[in-house]
Amino acid sequence: MFGYANPQRFLGLSRAVRPWAWSVTVVLFAVGLVQALVLSPPDYQQGESVRIMYVHVPAAWMAMFVYTVIAGASLTSLVWRHPLVDAAGRAAAPLGAGFTALALVTGALWGQPMWGTWWVWDARLTSVLVLFFLYVGYIALWQAIEDQTRAARAAAVLALVGFVNVPIIKFSVDWWNTLHQPASVIRMDGPTIHISQLVPLLVMAIGFMTLFLSLLLTRMESEILERRVRSARLMRAREEGPFEPALPEAEEVRG
Amino acid sequence: MNPFLALLWREHLLARRQGGGAGLTVLFFAMTVSLLPFGLGPDLPLLAAIGPGMIWIAMTLATLLSLDRLFQADYEDGSLDQLALMPLPLEAVVLGKALAHWLGTGLPLLLATPLLALLLNVPPALFPALIVSLLAGTPALTLLGSVGAALTVCVRRGGLLLALLVLPLYVPVVIFGVNAVVQAGAGEGVFNPSLLFSAALSIFAAALAPFAAAAALRLNMG
Repeated sequence: MFGYANPQRFLGLSRAVRPWAWSVTVVLFAVGLVQALVLSPPDYQQGESVRIMYVHVPAAWMAMFVYTVIAGASLTSLVWRHPLVDAAGRAAAPLGAGFTALALVTGALWGQPMWGTWWVWDARLTSVLVLFFLYVGYIALWQAIEDQTRAARAAAVLALVGFVNVPIIKFSVDWWNTLHQPASVIRMDGPTIHISQLVPLLVMAIGFMTLFLSLLLTRMESEILERRVRSARLMRAREEGPFEPALPEAEEVRG
Repeated sequence: MNPFLALLWREHLLARRQGGGAGLTVLFFAMTVSLLPFGLGPDLPLLAAIGPGMIWIAMTLATLLSLDRLFQADYEDGSLDQLALMPLPLEAVVLGKALAHWLGTGLPLLLATPLLALLLNVPPALFPALIVSLLAGTPALTLLGSVGAALTVCVRRGGLLLALLVLPLYVPVVIFGVNAVVQAGAGEGVFNPSLLFSAALSIFAAALAPFAAAAALRLNMG
């Protein structure tokens, strides 16, 4: 792990992995979407709108997973001062916010025909909304503090504080079990979902995971390159000497 | 004098002599609550039904509004560095400042609550439950807010950012606080499970928030 604190080594690894990650993502999405939208059977109660689930559920999983990744990166950053995990947290946050927004929007689209309303103040929906706010706050804190190392550490503290919220989301289903159906895939006694729906769901879930990995690597690479451009500019400015704007000659004051 | 008590005394003197702090916050609280009937109409049964929730929300906003200077004034004039050099861990300094803030702002807000509850037509039988729920929950508001205040201490005009960071963390506090009043109204007594959850959140925040806030202050002072 610490070998890759060197950006150059990380770039080498990332450049080798990234094309594969993107190819796997494209294949998984192609297979998964065809299975989910065409081949899988419609639900006996929900009809065709069950197909929204194949995007909604992976997005919701990713929403929680990405926050966990950010929290792990934050802990690593605070304990070992590892510079690359700061870049990872920063690059992952907008992706996580995007997955969360996708889960919320697809949930609303599914809720309208099923529950007859776009939004209900069910505990689980509400906590995903709160998760979205946590992402937004994390991104805002990064942007508000100019000094990058300071911003990284402040954001790390915030992410760890907010991480306390993630288990509350997961278990709120059992605490305030209201409208949202309880978890049906990850259970002690095995999934209750039929195999013809489970397979496309899992393909989509893995596809979302590799999509996240591909986007994360791409974003981190461009972040590192951006930093290099910035320091190269600073170096050039230092070589050229202090910047002296050409002022018009001041007119002599006549008494 | 015990350094912790000395810190509390200093905060108390500063709050009293600077003027404005607690009084303005209570006024803000009172005005927000009395603005509600203008927005919702003077329907007394409706106000009675939503009164406890509205008081909790106004309390949250008032606390939030008074928090953004918690560390900022000390940061700007350098006394935060002196506080960090005290024979107390920075975590204890944070806890002391949060406690002083709660005593100086939260308690006056709590004292104003019965009057405002009367204005919102909350049944007097619910007053004990409302007061106890605020007593149990508001320390969590102050403590969680201290983390936000420490994170935004070097951000100019950080008040809005502070709200953005801290409001999501306030959600469980408000849920359990209002639920405690609702459950008491349903005949489950003042010390119902929701109230215990509120108190648990406050204790949990007291145990963890000082560490997070102290870490945030250290990185901003370093």
